Amino acid sequence: MSKADPILRVRDLTARIVTRKETFQAVRGISFDIGAGEAVGFVGESGCGKSVTARALMRLAPEGTAIALDGAVDFHGQDLLRLGEVAMRDIRGRRIAMVFQDPMTSLNPVMSIGAQIDDIVCRHMGLSRREARQRTVELLASVGIPDAAHRADDYPHQFSGGMRQRVLIAVAISCDPELLIADEPTTALDVTVQAQILRLLLRLRDERGMSLMLITHDFGVVAGMVERVNVMYGGEIVEAGPVEQVFHAPGHAYTRALLDAVPRLDSAGQKQ
Amino acid sequence: MMETMRTATGETALLASVRDLSVVFPARRGKPPVTAVDRVSFDIGPGRTLGLVGQSGSGKTTTGRAVLQLQKVHSGSVRLLGEELIGMPSARLRRMRRHMQFVLQNPYSSLHPRMTIAQTLAEPLRVHRSVPANRIRERVAELLELVSMDPAVMQRYPHEFSGGQRQRIVIARALAVNPDFVVCDEPVSALDVRTQAQIVALLQSLQEKLGLSYLFIAHDLAIVREVSHDVAVMFNGRIVEHGSVAQVYDSPGHPYTQMLLDAVPIPDPAIQRQRLRAAPPDLDFARPEEDGSCRFGEDHRRTGTPPFHVGGDGHGVSCRSWPLT
Repeated sequence: MSKADPILRVRDLTARIVTRKETFQAVRGISFDIGAGEAVGFVGESGCGKSVTARALMRLAPEGTAIALDGAVDFHGQDLLRLGEVAMRDIRGRRIAMVFQDPMTSLNPVMSIGAQIDDIVCRHMGLSRREARQRTVELLASVGIPDAAHRADDYPHQFSGGMRQRVLIAVAISCDPELLIADEPTTALDVTVQAQILRLLLRLRDERGMSLMLITHDFGVVAGMVERVNVMYGGEIVEAGPVEQVFHAPGHAYTRALLDAVPRLDSAGQKQ
Repeated sequence: MMETMRTATGETALLASVRDLSVVFPARRGKPPVTAVDRVSFDIGPGRTLGLVGQSGSGKTTTGRAVLQLQKVHSGSVRLLGEELIGMPSARLRRMRRHMQFVLQNPYSSLHPRMTIAQTLAEPLRVHRSVPANRIRERVAELLELVSMDPAVMQRYPHEFSGGQRQRIVIARALAVNPDFVVCDEPVSALDVRTQAQIVALLQSLQEKLGLSYLFIAHDLAIVREVSHDVAVMFNGRIVEHGSVAQVYDSPGHPYTQMLLDAVPIPDPAIQRQRLRAAPPDLDFARPEEDGSCRFGEDHRRTGTPPFHVGGDGHGVSCRSWPLT
């Protein structure tokens, strides 16, 4: 859409994951752009490197590993791979935010939802406690938590999976990021809750004009959400293009195989 | 419902027959008891698959466990091969277990990490004494071939296999004792889409080859449509709709079923964009019971009939949990 004005320009990004036992190349020299306000999907199977790509942009290593990065990640003219850790901390969470798959493990179970968000808002925006709570309640309301002022005092276990994912989205958008990375944001959720979360992400993107990087293994999830799709396999982008083109005229055999494997409700349902 | 089910499956004997099955979790810490499964009834014929769909918390897993007698049942009847399982003495029940097996969702946690594949597959054979000790190795190899794996892998450990391969091993273990009935609880939801398709194809070919009956529990409506002959939709512990796959998917009778179908993402950008942009009706399905005549004009309290209306074609719809529109 806004290819002329990318906020993120990734060139020849490689990521090697270093564990105690081995080193392997998870991302093998990929390049892509994300425009201002644009939504881009990354689709592929587990192990294809899509999550590592997302983490690489934030310079985060998967748990228990180290990550060695090469290439260039140009964000508003700054190369994130060559930025000092202090400057990077300023970008991570504030200008590029991330929502992970598992809403159960990403929250502190012994802290109320409100207190967790207050902390983040205080730290990132320098607000007082009282201002922070006001902001927290606004955020919770904006992601569709009913009766946000009271629910803010509840603990994570008092929220359903879908509500927890809303909370994490509230955390992610708390500093008005320019880019939101959502890594399998609906995989653990029921189909009706999934639809609600996808609608919420669409609405927030429209309202705030932020860019969205949506990572999923489910072609159905990206279909209605993004303008462009990158299909990943073996650490490489094997196909990239506008979403309609990738779905209706896939150029790569792997994309076709993935699309063919998607179970369909029925053939008539697609036509309606 | 009983009568129509019989006509639906023809004159063939039923393999599994569940009537008014209820599971109640007792009161805990001042909270009232929870009826997780509420008077659920269904039949499964030989070589047939009943899909059980519903959101998490709807009671579908508990239903599967109760059918297998892995969960204490409050009331109702579960007949397998004509024998009543509820209240069956434990020694006899243990012998019946060879006819009913299960395949669970997570192939990572359902295999013992310190047991080789051969040990894993031999265990049920020993427990049920289904083959003599000197034939166990042969049977293990046979089982691996059945699920399209190389018997040479039998000395390896679970961590050496991918999720799809592990699920094949779990299926092989379930089939070790030649069961007639397998409860598959979300057997593919932890897998990638291409692996899902392979495991679904495997389950289907095994059904053809061995005449297995499945209770296929899943929240993914598209997969359930692919594997099932009949479908039951659960909400709040109850079956709200039941019928053939074509009946339920092509002409859903209950608004809850319709809502589930509307939420399934469709891999077509234009259609899916439109579906996401269309504001969903905020429906409240968890409505209290009403007295007097139901929406189909029947007073169930007076007539004593279950609040479930079955048409001449066997397509059943509950008159409960209809949201106000």
